[in-house]
Amino acid sequence: MKHLLLCCLILATLLLSSCGFLDYGFLAPAGPIAEAQRDQFWLVTCWTMVVILPFFVAMPIVLWKYRRSRKNAVYRPNWTFSWLLESLIWGVPLVIVSILSWNVWKATHTLDPYRPIAGDKPALHIQVVSLDWKWLFIYPEQKIASVNVVAFPVGRPVHFELTSETVMQSFMIPRLGSQIYTMPGMVTQLHLLASKPGEYRGQNTQYNGKFYAEQKFTARAISDSEFKRWIKQKQSHPPLDMRAYSRLAQRSILSEPEFFGSVTQELFNQIVERVKTTPAADLPGAAKATGKGG
Amino acid sequence: MTGEPLNYFWLGKLSLESLPFVEFIKTPNSSTAIAAFAAAAVIGGAIGIVVLLTLFGKWRVFWREWLTTLDAKKIGIMYIVLALVMLIRAVIEAAFMRAQQMLAVNREGPLSAEHFGELFTTHGTIMIFFMAMPFLIGLINVVMPLQIGARDVKFPLLNAISLALTAAGAVLVMISLVIGEFSTGGWSGYPPFTELAFNPGAGVDYWIWAVTLSSIGNTLTGINFAVTIYKLRAPGMTWFRMPLFSWTALCTSILIIFAMMPLTVATLMLALDRYAGFHFFTNALGGNMMNYANLFWLFGHPEVYIVILPAFGVFSEVFSTFSGKRLYGYHSLVFATIAITVLSFGVWLHHFFTMGQSANLNAAFGIATMLIGVPTGVKVYDWLLTMVRGRVRFTTPMLFSIMFAITFVIGGLSGVLLANPPIDFAVHNSLFLVAHFHNMLIPGTLFGMFAAYNVWFPKMFGFRLSEKWGRISFWFWSFGFYLAFMPLYALGLMGAMRRTVQWFEPQYLPWLLVAFSGAVLISLGLISQVIQLWVSIRNRDDLRAPGGDPWDGRSLEWSVSAPPPEYNFAVIPEVHDRDAFTWMKQHGISYTAPNEYQDIPMPKNSVVAPLIGFLATMLGFALTWHIWWLTIVSFLVILGTVIARSFCRDTEKIIPASQVRQEHEQWLARVKGLIPTARADETTSENQGLAEVAS
Ligand code: HEM
Ligand SMILES: [Cu+2]
Repeated sequence: MKHLLLCCLILATLLLSSCGFLDYGFLAPAGPIAEAQRDQFWLVTCWTMVVILPFFVAMPIVLWKYRRSRKNAVYRPNWTFSWLLESLIWGVPLVIVSILSWNVWKATHTLDPYRPIAGDKPALHIQVVSLDWKWLFIYPEQKIASVNVVAFPVGRPVHFELTSETVMQSFMIPRLGSQIYTMPGMVTQLHLLASKPGEYRGQNTQYNGKFYAEQKFTARAISDSEFKRWIKQKQSHPPLDMRAYSRLAQRSILSEPEFFGSVTQELFNQIVERVKTTPAADLPGAAKATGKGG
Repeated sequence: MTGEPLNYFWLGKLSLESLPFVEFIKTPNSSTAIAAFAAAAVIGGAIGIVVLLTLFGKWRVFWREWLTTLDAKKIGIMYIVLALVMLIRAVIEAAFMRAQQMLAVNREGPLSAEHFGELFTTHGTIMIFFMAMPFLIGLINVVMPLQIGARDVKFPLLNAISLALTAAGAVLVMISLVIGEFSTGGWSGYPPFTELAFNPGAGVDYWIWAVTLSSIGNTLTGINFAVTIYKLRAPGMTWFRMPLFSWTALCTSILIIFAMMPLTVATLMLALDRYAGFHFFTNALGGNMMNYANLFWLFGHPEVYIVILPAFGVFSEVFSTFSGKRLYGYHSLVFATIAITVLSFGVWLHHFFTMGQSANLNAAFGIATMLIGVPTGVKVYDWLLTMVRGRVRFTTPMLFSIMFAITFVIGGLSGVLLANPPIDFAVHNSLFLVAHFHNMLIPGTLFGMFAAYNVWFPKMFGFRLSEKWGRISFWFWSFGFYLAFMPLYALGLMGAMRRTVQWFEPQYLPWLLVAFSGAVLISLGLISQVIQLWVSIRNRDDLRAPGGDPWDGRSLEWSVSAPPPEYNFAVIPEVHDRDAFTWMKQHGISYTAPNEYQDIPMPKNSVVAPLIGFLATMLGFALTWHIWWLTIVSFLVILGTVIARSFCRDTEKIIPASQVRQEHEQWLARVKGLIPTARADETTSENQGLAEVAS
């Protein structure tokens, strides 16, 4: 009895809190990519139901009707085949999968993270370097850089170019949609757009050691004028040269975001090149040989 | 944890700090205390086994009847014992992870980040390589030769060596609790994280050698099973008379043969990077970790079908046996199995849609992935239709199978969602994925193995398992599963990522609490299974089923005594029908003595396998800690053993016809004395393993 009560209690808490479950992540989209992904999510769910629901309906009926204790039920131990049923159970899933395949082909192309988002405004170009355990954002056109916070104007497409200084990581702002891996010595692309102003959590989703859980950043979608002001403000900060960068690249977490007032155009490419040519052990992001890994 | 080496020549990188006890004394906190406790448990367990064997004077029996035996049934049982022990460890680890995540919302939990990293890595590695694989391989060893009417597998010694290599890997994972640490790189061990520059400790090396040893063992097993099924089927057993479990055993073996090698290659290449300065997967100098991702998942995706196909086979047998009916859609099920086998090699890319390849490629692999859903869906419906017009008996194995079918379909839905690249871009690496694969693996693989354990246990040991405790364990596992994993779907959709030691989102808390309560129920389920075994052994006299056919079985394994004789069949049976034993029962030719018995050659015991197992453990340990002298010695002795054995001609013993006759006639006489059981009394002590023949 006690257990039952406990279970009810837990279930009640669950129900009460479940109101919140659609309020985070891509099911509460703040941009067109996440919105399209949400639509895909429900669309695929519905189509799949065509195959699943009959099963859920039939299962209890079959169990009830053909239970051993039921008297006078039909019993045909040698019944093993029916062309009609067989065609249905192969045919229906095949049709559904064909429909879903057509959908996947289209959606994968329209939602390709490499595909620029159409719009009247030119995309804002932001370069991203994943470090252990922080995120560096370089604005090559505005010539500023920030750590653990990224700002962009609402309604303007953002073109992220990403790489990693250390191990593979994955860049994601759940409420804006797609994630993409960042890989050392390689560059990946991601196009996102925020259609609602706000502060969104961004994170690494690929485990990379001790402070993985704390490797979060803030994505700020702000108005055009605010963005201009933001850039201006940051331009007064000290420059990001290779030396400052090497300090950042050491394994650490930062308690506060950092900003840099000027960056060279080439820094991002220099980082990519350096990772490709210098053994990782000689770079600041390596684990110290005596420390425990991870 | 690496301190000053004690003596590099003799002990390699080993240092005092490699011991968790020393670590605990140096920095006492909850995390190191748990580590020290786990180490103590391993040492205590090992000492306990030694003491018990000595107290009861069982060393000789243990050596003669078990360690050196080449009998597939006993090898299978040892595999399953290994799997159960490792299952207990991995479930405890899972409960700790659930506790940690529940306690670590906006504050630090009891475990350190590294410790948590080791936990998900060992949990995943153990569950796949040292729980699921040994369980299903053990089961195939026990059932398949009997089911196809063979006396043994084709290569009995190879079989024992495979077990020894798998056990060596498992022992390495156990040793890592006591000496040093384990990898934090997850069960997939992705470089560059697992490269020397980022993980210089011994943990990754433990992982590499444990996985490498087990993958080699598995490859040998795959070859062994496939050859057995091709070559040793009883006369009359054509392909389409072969029971479905054996079909899935064949398909799994083929998958193993082709899928294990990419894994062995990947881990060995990673080892070359770490030990010899190669640059396969490093960041610089031409290395590229994307090659690892491809190699790993070229193994990893077929692997999920390796662990699920035998369970599909089990469900096919269970649905048909416990509905008292022939399998519906046998050909459909066979072709679906084959289709899955083939297709499963063409979908590996869905594990990294987010790696930046072109939309064409992602779309193609997404579609291929959904295609696998078709034969899988067909199977589920075939099982449902197997029950239609049957007489369904809700025994423990049947309950597990029904719960499997219902739950698996939900997992199928999340699978179709994940196969869609745009959706995957939003939930990749999240707890939604964790929920999905547990949703496939627990009802699929694990419930399948539990069902099989309940079905074939009386065949292996001659007495049934307690039905009451079986049911209790079933209910705990089922409710536990739903409570533990459904919340993870929601959490994943809310942006919660896997492998996370600490949360900063208070809204996750209620879901994490429910998930933890599920883990508690699951643990109770596991405890009920321990009790079930205990109670059944105590009451074994009430549960005996010497007739060997407690469930009105349909395939050949039920036609022999329980436990079966070493040589399985006094005379190799002739197969006339798909449900070979049912046919025999209906034609009144079951339990008949043949006109003539013959001498049966069987393999002699051999010390080769335990020796290789011991040496392989040494080799893995020595490599992990860079103890080169031991590496060279153990490797050379393994090589020498194998070569020496190949010159040994005296490997068979003859079981004389007279002995076979005597044993068989004794059993037949015993069966004559049994009262046939009606299905209604199946779970009572009436059931002594002789089924009433339905008219
Ligand atoms: C019995 C109940 C089980 C529970 C409560 C459980 C729980 C967990 C938890 C908490 C994680 C870590 C999730 C995270 O990364 O945040 C995990 C990971 C994992 N589990 Fe389980 N699990 C169970 C059974 C299984 C079984 C039966 C299998 C396989 C046959 C399995 C395979 C895995 C794998 C492969 C991982 C991923 C490890 C990694 O991240 O590298 N688990 N499980
Ligand atoms: Cu896969």
